[in-house]
Amino acid sequence: MNTLPQQLANGLFLGSMYGLIAIGYTMVYGIVQLINFAHGEIFMTGGFGALTVYLALPDGISMWIALPAMLIGGALVAVLIAVGAERFAYRPLRGAPRLAPLITAIGLSLALQQAVFNWYPDAKSARVFPQLPFGPVHLGSVTVQSGDVFLIIAAPLCMAVLAFFVRLSRTGRAMQATAQDPDTAQLMGIDTNRIIVIAFAIGGLFAAVAGLSYGLKYGSVSYDMGFIAGLKAFTAAVLGGIGNIYGAMLGGLVLGLAEAMATAYIADIPGMHQLGGGGWASVWAFVLLILVLLFRPQGLLGERVADRA
Amino acid sequence: MTALLEVEDLRVAYGKIEAVKGISFSVEAGQVVTLIGTNGAGKTTTLRTLSGLLKPSSGRILFDGKPLTGVPAHKIVSLGLAHSPEGRHIFPRLSIAENLQLGAFLRKDKEGIEKDIQRAYDLFPILGERRKQAAGTLSGGEQQMLAMGRALMSQPKLLMLDEPSMGLSPIMMQKIMATIVELKASGTTILLVEQNAQAALSLADQGHVMEVGSIVLSGSGQDLLHDESVRKAYLGED
Repeated sequence: MNTLPQQLANGLFLGSMYGLIAIGYTMVYGIVQLINFAHGEIFMTGGFGALTVYLALPDGISMWIALPAMLIGGALVAVLIAVGAERFAYRPLRGAPRLAPLITAIGLSLALQQAVFNWYPDAKSARVFPQLPFGPVHLGSVTVQSGDVFLIIAAPLCMAVLAFFVRLSRTGRAMQATAQDPDTAQLMGIDTNRIIVIAFAIGGLFAAVAGLSYGLKYGSVSYDMGFIAGLKAFTAAVLGGIGNIYGAMLGGLVLGLAEAMATAYIADIPGMHQLGGGGWASVWAFVLLILVLLFRPQGLLGERVADRA
Repeated sequence: MTALLEVEDLRVAYGKIEAVKGISFSVEAGQVVTLIGTNGAGKTTTLRTLSGLLKPSSGRILFDGKPLTGVPAHKIVSLGLAHSPEGRHIFPRLSIAENLQLGAFLRKDKEGIEKDIQRAYDLFPILGERRKQAAGTLSGGEQQMLAMGRALMSQPKLLMLDEPSMGLSPIMMQKIMATIVELKASGTTILLVEQNAQAALSLADQGHVMEVGSIVLSGSGQDLLHDESVRKAYLGED
């Protein structure tokens, strides 16, 4: 049986999720040149926010009614934490040496993980996440799980809305200006603090969609789910060209596909038989990151750093 | 009559280093006032403080009767103070038209904005020809035109130009200076910072010579142009 279509589909689903998370890294980096290493945890809290809403709803409620509420709940939590992090952790450090906000981000990441681990009920191991009430969908030789159905609708929709927002809205134009030259943007009358908050909020929103997708896809959420997923999404953002939203989408898809292909087929290469399988997926993802950093450090769609100056 | 801009005993410091050491000057409506002086004299620091990008350590700035100190940069534009910064600082990956639209970011009158964009194209025809082109692909002189056009888009009461002739070819420099004369004739109030003292003084109503953070000499443009010490120090004469 030809497994290629299925593996490509798996790669696209995974890649869409990476892309959604990568948006948060890339938008924040594009505007304040900060790698928000707590972003993986914002994704995680989005998943837990959605779960909390589900648990608060009456038992036996239809998932079709619960889903929008879960999305809103997850988004609220993730956006609040993202914006709060900006306001209280990163903003006071603006203008400080770059290492300071970076270390703060790592600290915040650990704090959020531990907060969920210790204080969320029964979160010391993975918590079961509700599933969409339909079975796998068969498209030719490709099987799409219900969680992936949500992902494959939500991800392109979010990305398209974002692309239009950035290109066509007044606020989107202001974001581009702030990313290219923050001082001059202020001279135009743009409140750059507001723009920075909006960038964090959009990142949080997308992370919440990804967090909900993760729960639906894997059937559980856990306090440490943001660690590897966050690193992968960061890889996707760098792969696509950090600072570039189209790059984040593309980087996510390329990374997801590369992981799926490597997992499925690398063992077929003579002499590599013991390097296949899911256990090696992250290894190939980070090998790809190293290759990109070596041969195309600006990323697939990134611009030369020189014209940022 | 009170002046449009009044600066009183303004001091600005970067950390412990004071870059502007208590300067006072004013700009009347309709005037062109220039600050001249060598690199590091504090001219750019003065403009960046007026537009709110830097905070003064002490002193008073009154613009159109209102104090500017403590007002954030993005609100100062709406009071009618536009700043075309040193080094042009156009948005390189946005088109010329988008750069001009950003100059009118706080304006709501769509028709008026369109009209003013057209006026910028009339003032600088090359910008109109390339309106869809990314601003970063323009030559230095064209970028300077764009920066000036963009600053005018906010319909400022006072236009601040920081080193508009810097790094330009002599022909381009003449063009830019001719545009400043044109703007002056149409009644625009301008605060001009220039290293090219000759050009700046010959079109200015008032001039101030800055040296290491202080104003050391003030006078009408013509007086300064003929002042012996100015000629020696800034116009390259023996």
